Amino acid sequence: MKLHTKSALTGAAFVLPFLAGFALFYLIPFVWSIRYTFTKGPGGLYFVGLENYQDIFQSAAFRLAVGNTFRFILIGVPLLMALSFGIALLLAEKFRGAGFFRSVFLYPLVIPAASTVVVIQAFFAESGILNQLFQWLHLPIQEWLHSPHAFSILIGLYIWKNCGYNLILFLAGLNAIPRDYREAAAVEGASSWQITRSITIPLLIPSFFFIFIISIINSFKSFREAYLLGGNFPHESIYMLQHFLNNNFQNLSYNRLSVAALLTFAVIFAMVLLLFQLKRKTEVIL
Amino acid sequence: MKYQKYPKLRLAFLISLAFFALMPLLYTIVNSFSDGSAYALIPSRLSLQGYWEVLLRRPHYLKKFWNSLILCVAIVAGQTAVSCLAGFGFSRFRFPGKDVLFFLVIIVMMMPYQVTLVSNYMILDRMGLVGSWFALVLPAIFSPFGVFLMRQVFDTCPNEFLEAARLDGAGSFRVLFSILIPRSRSGLASLVLLTFIDAWNMVEQPLVYLNDPYEYPLSVFLSQMNQGNVGVLCTCGVLAAIPVLLLFFYYDEDLADGIALSQIH
Repeated sequence: MKLHTKSALTGAAFVLPFLAGFALFYLIPFVWSIRYTFTKGPGGLYFVGLENYQDIFQSAAFRLAVGNTFRFILIGVPLLMALSFGIALLLAEKFRGAGFFRSVFLYPLVIPAASTVVVIQAFFAESGILNQLFQWLHLPIQEWLHSPHAFSILIGLYIWKNCGYNLILFLAGLNAIPRDYREAAAVEGASSWQITRSITIPLLIPSFFFIFIISIINSFKSFREAYLLGGNFPHESIYMLQHFLNNNFQNLSYNRLSVAALLTFAVIFAMVLLLFQLKRKTEVIL
Repeated sequence: MKYQKYPKLRLAFLISLAFFALMPLLYTIVNSFSDGSAYALIPSRLSLQGYWEVLLRRPHYLKKFWNSLILCVAIVAGQTAVSCLAGFGFSRFRFPGKDVLFFLVIIVMMMPYQVTLVSNYMILDRMGLVGSWFALVLPAIFSPFGVFLMRQVFDTCPNEFLEAARLDGAGSFRVLFSILIPRSRSGLASLVLLTFIDAWNMVEQPLVYLNDPYEYPLSVFLSQMNQGNVGVLCTCGVLAAIPVLLLFFYYDEDLADGIALSQIH
């Protein structure tokens, strides 16, 4: 019993430095900002109940931002998962050069967003490379970044950036499947498509869940690219939650900002909870 | 075994995808030698004007580069130290509230940065840190990702090693520094790499917390100069990518291992 207490104390002591900073910079301020959502005026002067919440749901900018963010996730995440899973299947069998391809697909992860945006500008700006090509072909030129195409460009950027990350996760899942399963099926005369469909994919279901959630979370990170591409006044097709939060920060509307942040938090919290639930369920099945 | 029937087709497919993946990097490198007249796939006239401008003529590019580097080193050092200690505590000890706390770590880790922006700003303001680099460094040091990753990494070390050391009379610090950390080199390398990348690429925090543009790191500066000389832009793009790419070439395997370990079990 005494030994037990001592070990608990040691463990807590190791966590303490982190806990202090974590509480100070993340937990306490967050609880603070919840209070903000119910108040108005500088420093949270007046208590106004749910007024900020009503306010934000009626705000056209907020609805546009939420709609775009959902649209981005609904289109981007499935595309990203399909592509990275396909590449993972191709790279899962060891062959010369597999490691090279993995690195090539992974490197975009480390490239600074600002460097990437330079390239996007070069290709899609009004005097950019794509328009030069269009001019040469006598096609009408367009303002790609200030048109609904901006959305597709952002999706492409998201896939380019995150494909390698998902690829690594899928490869880890594929490598964890015992080789004999697939070999036994092959001996029995199963085709590669049958093996993929009936053995590989079912065994990978836990990986799929995890990668699905992580892809959604990473999609929030491409807000930065959206912001760098569009500045404070992007085309409305890429006006994301990030812009809404940023603009409200600059207007000093902390109350509205806190409400939006809290709602985003609630959605992500729900997703993580769902992830854990599904995880538990699939572990029972397998 | 599965797709061996069409190795050439597979190779052709992969090569074309790899071309797209590499395109932005190739473009940036090639066009850093542009004379800056117009956007082009391959510059019509080669020149070193971009490099001359960035490296020699105007010192403020290099100043931004050093700003970034110092910032990153401080963040990486602090985050690594804090994460190793806390990861050890989470991985090898039991104490009341541990599971709840770790759940909070995961939740906050998954939050987009903007969610904590205001609350972070308010507390830094009260501490009188807004406008100084501490406002960038301190929250980053305590960011939950490192703790999460190091716990996952330490969890993979078999318990027998630790038990044996404890039986030989090693204290907890000894166990951490002589057994766990040396055995976790690749996990540690991926923590360093991922933290460095994050710090190197930060854009929102400096914009919010720093008042003096002279203090901005390269990432912010680069993001604001989106109009201008192509050669200079691309040279800056190259300059910004060099440290992270070098780390990537060096720790590529470890990075992959670290990402694989970051799955929630």
